Amino acid sequence: MTILFPSLAKRDSVTNRGHSNSELFTLTYGALVTQLCKDYENDEEVNKQLDKMGYNIGVRLIEDFLARSSVGRCHDFRETADVIAKVAFKMYLGITPSVTNWSPAGDEFSLILESNPLVDFVELPDNHSNLVYSSLLCGVLRGALEMVQMAVDVRFAQDTLRGDNVTEIRMKFIKRIEENLPAGDE
Amino acid sequence: MAIFSVYVVNKAGGLIYQYDNYVPRAEVEKTFSFPLDLVLKIYDEKLVVSFGQRDGIRVLSINGVDVNGKYTAEGKEILEYLKDPANYPVSIRFGRPRLTSNEKLMLASMFHSLFAIGSQLSPEVGSSGIEMLETDVFKLHCFQTLTGIKFIVLADPRQSGIDALLRKIYEIYSDFALKNPFYSLEMPIRCELFDQNLKSALEIAEKAGAFGPGS
Repeated sequence: MTILFPSLAKRDSVTNRGHSNSELFTLTYGALVTQLCKDYENDEEVNKQLDKMGYNIGVRLIEDFLARSSVGRCHDFRETADVIAKVAFKMYLGITPSVTNWSPAGDEFSLILESNPLVDFVELPDNHSNLVYSSLLCGVLRGALEMVQMAVDVRFAQDTLRGDNVTEIRMKFIKRIEENLPAGDE
Repeated sequence: MAIFSVYVVNKAGGLIYQYDNYVPRAEVEKTFSFPLDLVLKIYDEKLVVSFGQRDGIRVLSINGVDVNGKYTAEGKEILEYLKDPANYPVSIRFGRPRLTSNEKLMLASMFHSLFAIGSQLSPEVGSSGIEMLETDVFKLHCFQTLTGIKFIVLADPRQSGIDALLRKIYEIYSDFALKNPFYSLEMPIRCELFDQNLKSALEIAEKAGAFGPGS
C-alpha cells in the first residue's frame, strides 16, 4: 500500500523526479489500468472503478497529508486550490500544477498539469478513446476533500493522452458538508 | 514524569483505540481478624470499601484467590463469607478499580460531548473544543484533526512536549493504521505495527519530552 504514496521526502533523499521510487508508482498504476481494461468491457466502467479506488485512497491519504504538512483549515476555495497545487501535488507527485480559469463566483478552477507522472510511458491505443487514464486522481481529490467537509466535483477537461495540449483537471465546489463538520472547530 | 494513557476517538465519538501506559499502583494485601474494621459495600457489581482508611478501593482477592465481581471464586457472596467468624483470619487484597473496556468506551464518548459543549459555551467566537483539562494528578491533552478524529493523552501535569507527541501519534495513525489495507475506517484499531510505534513514541516522549520534526 505504501508504494501508492511516494512521498516527496523519500523522493528527495535519492534524486528528483524520475527515479525508481516514483517509477514504481507509475508502473504499478499502469498495470492496474491495463488489468481493469481486461476485466471490464467498456472504458466508462474502467473510469468509474479507477475513480472509486482513488476515492478510497483519498479518504486515507488526507490524514497522511494533514499529519505531515502543517496546513490549517482553508477558509475559501482559492486557499484550497493553492494548498492542492503547491503543497499536496508537490508532496505526492513532485509536480506543481498551475491554478487557472477561475469562475466568476470563485467556486470552480482548473489545475493545469505540465507533466503528469502517471502517463510517463503511456500511449493510448485507438480502441480506448473514452478511457480517462488518470481518473484515479479525480477520486483521490474528491475523497480527500470530502474528509475536510467539502463536496467537490472533479473531472478531466483535457488530457494530453487524448491529443490535447495540456492536462487539465476541472474542480467545482458543490457544497460544505455540514454534518461532517467536527464540533469545536470554528 | 509519565504518560498515563492514550485514547483515539473517531468523529462519531466512538473509542477506536486505547492504551494504558502505566502499571497500577502497588496493591495492598492485609490479614484481618473478626470483626472487620472496614465497611464494604457493593457498588456497580463490585465490592468496594465504602468507609475505612481508603474509600473507593476495590476488593481484588480473598486469601490469595481473585474474586469475581461480588462473588468469591467458588461463587459465594463475599459479604456473606466475611460475616462468618469461622472464616477468620482472612487475608484480603485491595487495589484501585481499573476501568473496564465498557467504562472506557463510555468515558470516551462522554468526553466527545464535553468537547462539543466546551466550544458551545465559549463566550468568544471561533472557539475550539477542550484542548486541555487539568487535575491535581494528571493533565488531559486533546488534539482534534481537521477530519474530526481526536487524539487524547493523559499525562503527568509536569510532562512537557505533549503537543509534539499528539502530532506524532497522528502521524503514526496515518502511517500504520490508515495505510494498512485491512484496516477499515472508523473501526477499532487492531494493528500490531501501530501498537509498536505508539509505544516507542511514548517511551521517547517520556525520556526526552520533545520531538524534532520528522523524528
